[in-house]
Formats: sequence, C-alpha cells, structure tokens
Amino acid sequence: MTSPIKLALGPLLYYWPRDTVLSFYEQAASWAVDTVYLGETVCSRRHELRLDDWLYLAEMLSAAGKKVVLSTQTLIESESDLKALRKVVDNGPFRVEANEFGAVRLLFEAGMAFVAGPALNVYNPDTLALLASWGAVRWVPPVEMPRTMLAAMPIPAGMETEVFAYGRLPLAFSSRCFTARHYNLQKDSCQFRCIDHPEGLLMNTREGEGFLTINGTQTQSGKVHTLAQHLGELAGTPVAALRLSPQAQHMAEVVATFRDVLDGILSAAQVAAHLQPLLPAPACDGYWLGKAGLDLTSV
Amino acid sequence: MSKPLLELICPAGSLPALKAAVDHGADGVYLGLKDNTNARNFSGLNFDAKALAEGVRYAHAKNRKVLMALNTYPQPATLKRWQQAVDTAATAGLDAIILADPGLMAYAMKTHPHLRLHLSVQGSATNYEAINFYHEHFGIQRAVVPRVLSLPQVENVVQHTPVEIELFGFGGLCVMVEGRCLLSSYACGDSPNTFGACSPGHAVRWQQTPTGMETRLNGVLIDRYADHEKAGYPTLCKGRFEVQGETYYALEEPTSLNTLEMLPEMHRIGIAAIKIEGRQRSPAYVAQVTQVWRAAIDAVKRNPATFKPQPAWLTQLDKVSEGSMHTLGAYYRPWK
Repeated sequence: MTSPIKLALGPLLYYWPRDTVLSFYEQAASWAVDTVYLGETVCSRRHELRLDDWLYLAEMLSAAGKKVVLSTQTLIESESDLKALRKVVDNGPFRVEANEFGAVRLLFEAGMAFVAGPALNVYNPDTLALLASWGAVRWVPPVEMPRTMLAAMPIPAGMETEVFAYGRLPLAFSSRCFTARHYNLQKDSCQFRCIDHPEGLLMNTREGEGFLTINGTQTQSGKVHTLAQHLGELAGTPVAALRLSPQAQHMAEVVATFRDVLDGILSAAQVAAHLQPLLPAPACDGYWLGKAGLDLTSV
Repeated sequence: MSKPLLELICPAGSLPALKAAVDHGADGVYLGLKDNTNARNFSGLNFDAKALAEGVRYAHAKNRKVLMALNTYPQPATLKRWQQAVDTAATAGLDAIILADPGLMAYAMKTHPHLRLHLSVQGSATNYEAINFYHEHFGIQRAVVPRVLSLPQVENVVQHTPVEIELFGFGGLCVMVEGRCLLSSYACGDSPNTFGACSPGHAVRWQQTPTGMETRLNGVLIDRYADHEKAGYPTLCKGRFEVQGETYYALEEPTSLNTLEMLPEMHRIGIAAIKIEGRQRSPAYVAQVTQVWRAAIDAVKRNPATFKPQPAWLTQLDKVSEGSMHTLGAYYRPWK
C-alpha cells in the first residue's frame, strides 16, 4: 500500500565542491522525493554555488517533477546577508523556506506563501496559527520536538507538517566558525576549510565518544538521527512529509529505504538491518521519544 | 520621547539579589518566576508571588524598573501556565515583560495592551528586518540582541529600527545564537527553549578518578581536569573535546564576557541598555558587578572621549567572573 506521506530532501548543510553538488542534485532528480530544498543555509562565505546556480538546479529539478523550495540562511547578521536574503525572496517562481524572522517579514510583506523552517522555534498552536496567518503553508517543527508534543498540536487548515527524519541534527548556530577555529584561522580568512570535510568534523569526548559534528558555524549531532524505525508511529500525528538531510554517502539508498518502509515493502523488523550499512555514524532517535537526542531507543 | 541611553539592567535571581542591584545603582532589574517559564529555571532561584510583590515595591520605591523574563517557549500542554505568568506580571505592576514566543506576545498584547513588551535574546533576532517584524506585529519596544553580532553590525541594526536595542555587557557568554542551541537537550533531554536551562544541575556528575576530576552531563564526558587545574561547571560548550587528534576547547573556553572597554562605542551608537548576565549568581556578585558598571556608565556619560576602564573596576570584576578570563566576544570581530 502506498503511503500518502511524502519525502523531502532537506537543504544541503555541508560545503561540497561545485561539481559534487551539481552531480548530487542531478541524481536526486530521479529519487523518490517529492520536494527538494536548495540553497545555502549555514554560512554566507560559502560560494561554490551562487544564487544563479541554485536557480539553475531549481529549474532542472522542477522540470523533473520536483517541488522546489529555496531555503534561507539561519543566521542573518549583516547588510550583505540581508541583500542575499532579499534576492532569494524575490526569486520569482520558487517557494521559500524562512529560517529566521527577517525572512518571515519579507515573505509576509511580499504576500508569498512560505515554509516555516525548523529554526523558527514553533513550539505551540498559537505561534503556529500566527505563522499560518502570515502565509506559512508548511512548517518544520524544532528537531527536538517529541512525538507526543507534535500529536498535541492543533494544525491550521491547509498547513502541512514536515519532520526532520534522517541525518545529523542541526543543533546550534553561531557567528563563530568552529572549523576555522580548529585550524587556528579567523573566520574572515578561513580558507574555506570546511570544503575538506564533506560530512563535517567529528568532535569526540576525551574518552573517544563521537559527540558532536562541527560544520563551520553550525554544530550538528555526532550521531545520525533517524525515524525509519518509527514510521509506524506517524498515525495520530499531523506528519505529512519527512525531511531527509543530505549526507555525503548513500543518499539514494536512504531515500529508497524510507519510501519502501512507508509503502510497506520493507517491514519495521527489516528496516534497522537495511539502514545499518548506509549510516555514516551511529543512529539516534531520542528526541522522538522525548528523551536526550543522542539516545537510541529502538534497535 | 527620546530613547533611553545605557540603562543598567541587572540580574535578580532572588529578592536579596534584587535589593543588591537596586542599592548599587541598577536602573532596572530582571527576574523570573519559579518554573520553566524563564531561561534560568534552577532550583532555589527566582520569585514566588510574595517575593515578586516585595521586589516590585522595593524597586519602585527607589524609582527603578522591574522586568520579568518569560522567555522560554510555551508548549501545547502547558500553554496556559505561560499565559498566567503574563497575567501575573501585569497584575504585579511589572514595567515590562521579556518574551521570545510570538504566540505569547499576541496574548500579552491582546490581554494587557498597556504592558510593555521586550524581545528576549532567546527570540534570536539578529537583524533589523526580524526586530521590526516583532515591532510591527506586537509593538515590541526593546530587543535584546544575541551575543553574535560585531559592534558595527549592532550599529547598523540601531540605525534601521525604532526599537530600543539592549546588549549583554558582562557575565556568562553563550557562544551560540541564543534560542538556536539544542546542544543541552541533545545531551540530556532538557534545553533552554523548553526547560529553561542549559546543562541543568540534575544531569551533572562530578567524579574524582585516577586520571583526574571528571565532569559529565548525563554520562557524556564534558571535561577532565588534572590536579593542578580548577574544575569548572560542565556547561557543555565550554568543555575540552578531541577533534582530529587534538584535544582543546573546541567551541569556547570557559570565559566570560566583559565589554567595559567598549562602553564609549556603545554610547556613541545609541545602545539603550546594557544587560548584566547572572540570575544564577549570588547577591554579592550582583552587588559587585552593579557597582562597577554604575560607575563606568556614569563616567562614560560624563565624558565618553576620556573614558578608560579603571584598573580597580577590572580587578573587582575579575574576582567574580567565571573562569577568570574575559573576552569581548563577537562584538570584536576576530573572536568569530
């Protein structure tokens, strides 16, 4: 049976060489994802792709039948950040994901429907209703929101819910670049070292436990959050789409696995064994159960 | 009415701390209730109704302001409690409430239209488009800006908004954008956004081992200290971790913010208020820090051109700061 739940490919959080990015999205055009988020959300200094390149990819994916959403930067600090943001909002045909309230203001004033991204901190129905009134048609809850809280959220008419279901969790944002710091460089002369780390830099505890991942100004989980084993628990929640966050390895197989579980081709019992060789780091799922995010509650 | 300039806003984790701040020259104090409606939800801290009434009476008698932080994010099951906290603030005669959640701002505006609203640092507004949005929709009159902007970036914000801008001047330093950090809930289940605390005490363990004193958060090793090192509280962004074979403070040193030397610049660009961090600190800390900052702000207002931080001030602040190291943080661009 085909599940009505859709898959979305989240924005690329890492800094990959231009050719790698172009080839990644050429492949993604044939994957079983309904929606593809494009654009740089982490660092304004990254420039392998400019807005025109993202728009080229948007056209290509759109022609392949995907819904395309342009994601905005999560931390907007400077006038040039705002200038870049305005260009994304004024792009013309493509929907925009707002990742902070400066973007919400611009989208509201332009009268454009938008996606309310996971960093907007929507934790309650009142705020979600406001976002709907400002033009949000889809929202991504904070990645720490447990299933029980999500199930208790009244959802405004016409609002779709998309949850973060696979990938290293984007946990924190800073103006400091921790990759540059690792290399004893200042951010303004960072030499773009994050391009050497296509899945970030693992930060271990002093007893060798992979704890967090450094990705420039963003700090991610060390483990890979996955809801693949919990897809049977989506009933009773408003979830309409699952966000799969691009990792450097095995994304095609990861997308296919999620689709197969949703459609009943893979059983819940089979999924862990199927996913295991595809994971770039140990799995976690604690947030979904209201526990510490790094916990793994299902095996 | 002209905007205020360099008001001194001090932390009050308790009634004695509130009195210490008022007695030593704070223009205003900020406080929270005894639950997770604010971002310093620590046991033994904060105000019940009786202490709140006494605190407001004490401060208002000396013509000082009392602000209440309601800066965590209400959740579906407990939304009412946050709304009741807004009602409590309005009834108790608070001068402003400090909010992060748009839904709660809408409630406050509708239910208590005369209650002044400030945008909390937990609202993560780092640009004037965001700040102006809160102003247009909820009448926000002051915004506390996250500790991630450089001073020229702050100046650009000030020039493009009618909203008063408040900056952190001294105390504990978040290296992440406030409101955009889930490291604590990833490690132990409780985050500032929902629980009102980072690296909460109940998840902390100190353990002496043959290789040194270990500090853990829900079992995760945050740091290990040799015998000659002073062990610090395991705030998880300020531990030592290993990256590519190198063990160091991968995110931030255990340091605190001190922007005293930037006061003339903050004065010039029109910062409305300076906030001192530390509701979890003692009344003695509040007294010391308030006294120094009062003297410094008075000095800069008398003559910004000749202002220089006095060595005695710095000595007094050094004595009370965490890790006894200071940084200008992101206000000074190379920090980034």
